[in-house]
Order: sequence, then C-alpha cells, then structure tokens
Amino acid sequence: MSMYLEMIRVRFLMMLAYRTNYYSGILIYSINIGAYYFLWSAIYGGKEEIQGLSVAQMTTYVAVAWMARAFYYNNIDREIAAEIKDGKVAIEMIRPYSYLGMKTMQALGEGIFRLLFFSVPGMIIVALTFPVSFDASLTTWMFFFVSLIFSFIVNTHINLLTGMMTFFLFNNTGLIRAKRVVIDLFSGLLLPISFYPDWAQGLMSYLPFQAISYVPSMIFTEGFVGQEIYNALLLQAFWVFILLIPIRLTWILAKKHLIVQGG
Amino acid sequence: MFNISLFFQYASQYLKTRLTYRVDTAIEILSDLLFQAVNLIFILIVFRHTSFLGGWNRDEIIFIYGFFLVPYALFTSFFNIWDFNDRYIVKGEMDRVLTRPVHSLFQIIMERMELESLFGVITGLVIMGYASVNQGLTFAWYDVLIFMLMVIGGAFIYAGIFISIATIGFWSDSRTDIMPMMYNISNYGRYPVNIYNKVIQFVLTWILPFAFVGVYPASYFLNKEEWYGYAFFTPVMGILFFGVAILLWNVGVKKYRGAGN
Repeated sequence: MSMYLEMIRVRFLMMLAYRTNYYSGILIYSINIGAYYFLWSAIYGGKEEIQGLSVAQMTTYVAVAWMARAFYYNNIDREIAAEIKDGKVAIEMIRPYSYLGMKTMQALGEGIFRLLFFSVPGMIIVALTFPVSFDASLTTWMFFFVSLIFSFIVNTHINLLTGMMTFFLFNNTGLIRAKRVVIDLFSGLLLPISFYPDWAQGLMSYLPFQAISYVPSMIFTEGFVGQEIYNALLLQAFWVFILLIPIRLTWILAKKHLIVQGG
Repeated sequence: MFNISLFFQYASQYLKTRLTYRVDTAIEILSDLLFQAVNLIFILIVFRHTSFLGGWNRDEIIFIYGFFLVPYALFTSFFNIWDFNDRYIVKGEMDRVLTRPVHSLFQIIMERMELESLFGVITGLVIMGYASVNQGLTFAWYDVLIFMLMVIGGAFIYAGIFISIATIGFWSDSRTDIMPMMYNISNYGRYPVNIYNKVIQFVLTWILPFAFVGVYPASYFLNKEEWYGYAFFTPVMGILFFGVAILLWNVGVKKYRGAGN
C-alpha cells in the first residue's frame, strides 16, 4: 500500500517540476471554454432554456466539464503503448507490484496535481471572465467530488484497456486517437447527453462513457436533482466494477501474447 | 524540377513506412473521419434545438464546416510543423537538414508530411455537397477556380501562422506551448465570426486570421453578399501570411546555432 502511495507522490512531484507547462494549459482550457460560451450564447439566442438547462446552467456545465477533465484526463494509454513498444513492460512485469496498479497510481498523482494547480486557478479565471456560477450548495459539492472520483476511475479503466491493445496491434496511435474523440463526444463533454435524439441517448445508456463527464457536470449544475443523483452515482459505480472484468481478461491474454519489439 | 521529383521520392518512402503497420494506418484514417464526424454531429444536434446561429441556418453552418475541412486537410498533410522545436532544434536534427542542398523548410515539410490526412478533402467535399443540395445552391464553372484559390489561400494562412510560430525556436529553444494554443484558437474560425464579441472578431480577422479559413471564403459560395469583401481577400491574406512566414524562416535559419550534440 505504502508503495502505491509513493508512486502517487513521485508522479505528483514530477509534475510539479514541470509546472510551467500548466500555466499555458490553463489558458488553453479558458480559450476552449470561451469558444463554447459564445457558441452556446448564440445557440440559445433568445431562448429561456433548452432541455431544462438555462444559458447560465449551460455555461457552468461547459466550464465544470472542462475543469473536471483536467482531473480525470491522463495519458497512461500512450505511456503503456510506449512501454510495450520499447520492451520496458517486460521488466515491469517481473517487478513486485501490479503494473496496471502502478499506472493507475501514476495517473492519480497526475490528476491530483492538475486538480490543485490547474482546475482551481482555472476555475477562478473562468469565474471572473464568464458568467459562471460556482455557488452550489455544500451537498452538491460533495456529490460532485464523489462523482468526480468515479469518473476518474472509469476513464482510467478505459485508458488501461486502450493502452493494452498495443499488445495485439503493436502500433496503437490510431486507436488511442479514436478513443479520445469517442470520449469527447459520448461522455457529454461537448454536448449534454440530454441534447441527443432519443435513440442515441438509448444507445449511450449502454456505454460507459457518460459516467466520465456528463454525470459530474450535471450534478454540479443541478441538472440532476433528488433521486436522479443517486441513480447517476450508482451507474458510475456499476461501470467502475464491470470494466474490471475486460481489464483482467486482456491482461491475462496479453501476458501470453507478449512480443517485445525492441530494447 | 529537381524539387518535384524529390517530393515524389519522399512521398513513396512515406507510403512504405505507413504500409508496414496497415491496421494502425486504417484505424488512424478512421479516427480522422470520426473526428470530422464529431464536429458535424455537434452542429446537427445543436440545430435540433435552434434554427439559427447568429443569423445563419443549419445548412449554411454545415457548408462552412465542410469548406473548412479542405484547406485544413491540406495544412495537416503538408505542414506538420507543430513539434518543430522539440524535434529539430532541441534534438539538433536541424544540423542534418542544413547540410543538404535543398531549402531547409522544404525538407522539413517533406519529412513530416502525413498524406493520409488528405482524406479530409474528400470528407469536406462530401459535406459541402450535402449542404449545397439541401439549400439548392448553384455554381458557375469559374467557381471551381475560385474555390481552389480560396482553399490554397486558407491553407497558406494556416501554414503561415504555424511556420511563423515555429521560427520562434530559432531564437529561443525553451519550451513554449503556443502551438497547442493555436490549434484551440483555430477552432473559433469554424463558426460565423459575428457570434463573437468585437475583440475576438478583430483577432480572427486580422491578427490570427482563422476566419479566412472558414466563414469568410465560404460566404462567397453561400451568396452572402455582405461578406464578399472579406471572401475575396482570402488569397491575399494567404500570400501575405505565408510570405511573412518564409521571410521569418530565412532570417531565423541564419540565427540558428545548434543545440544538440
């Protein structure tokens, strides 16, 4: 256990050493939030609300979705792909810890770093520039954080699976890119799921992606109320456990299948 | 003549490397298509809930997006210069490029080309075709020539901006994150500029003229006469920005000291 805590700490310190990269990252996220702010203002035109969300809620939705992304987003799929390609994964496999566990802990270190040094200052900048309301009640904040942790785990699960596909595809950049695009669209980062036509909403309810961005953002903007919050959290928890199965199976299969291409 | 044959040799080498990992190449093209589809889906879904976006209707916005894809595809196929600083300056690869008897920028363009991005041209044409049929647009024969001029102008604007930023590497090899920032700003150009406030409109027109890659030239084909002045300015902006970029490059190369070992 202390070993894994140490991994989180080391990754956190590593990120801290390169923190200057993150100042521009905050600016990039602000630029994106700004673009969507103007776009949504134009989309609403004079309308009071669309699908139960007002313009103010929509702006908050966009801002929270991007700031939450800073926490759950990580590049471990890319890292795993690189370590498989250069053969480092063979060394990692004989070490006395779980390789996938280590990757998850590194991602968590990165996520905590981004949450503190990226989301928090970013939120302040965005709150000053755009009409965003962060005055949610204490219970809403609490539900939001629980949901954020689940969204981190679901996203990391999906990243582990994508990364492990390198064992079978050898060169994996295409799939990693495709996964990113699918997550941006189906997780509710770009559009709230409730905006989609019914058949698409039905389809997406069978996929794990809305557990990543739609649920925490809707909880924060109070688009979900009462029982809906618990249902959404249960859905996230469900995916957290279900995705463990394909991860286990892929890992077992991958160990038998391992071909080191170099190193 | 020599440069042209060199170009085809590089292109054939490139295809060989891509065909080594066929499945991956196929997935990469698919993921490009997916990426283009996502933006289209965004527009389609948004227009389920509204009928106008800053005075433009659904098919016009789709047309603008389709148009944008064509110069953008040319840009991403031939001007992959976003990691110039890391790849060429910090690692010292620029030394190798400079010892060869071909213009350094031309070599880098060839080394870094990604021909599979050209699929974006087809996607763009299909999307534009769909939007034109929907609103019954008609085109004259000379519109084809104007289209090509506008597309080249747009690609040159993109190339000009990104090459200019890459030349910063000649003066300072410290890491900057201006490149990814530019990619994000460039997304603003896909939508009508009149939805933004005055400051952003000015920036998108004269400082980082991404509006000339989407909405301005497309408005010519959509018969939006109030924007014609801007539309016909597209090739001029392209030549201007590309010219400045080459000038900066040529000055910058002389300043290059070499950072690798």
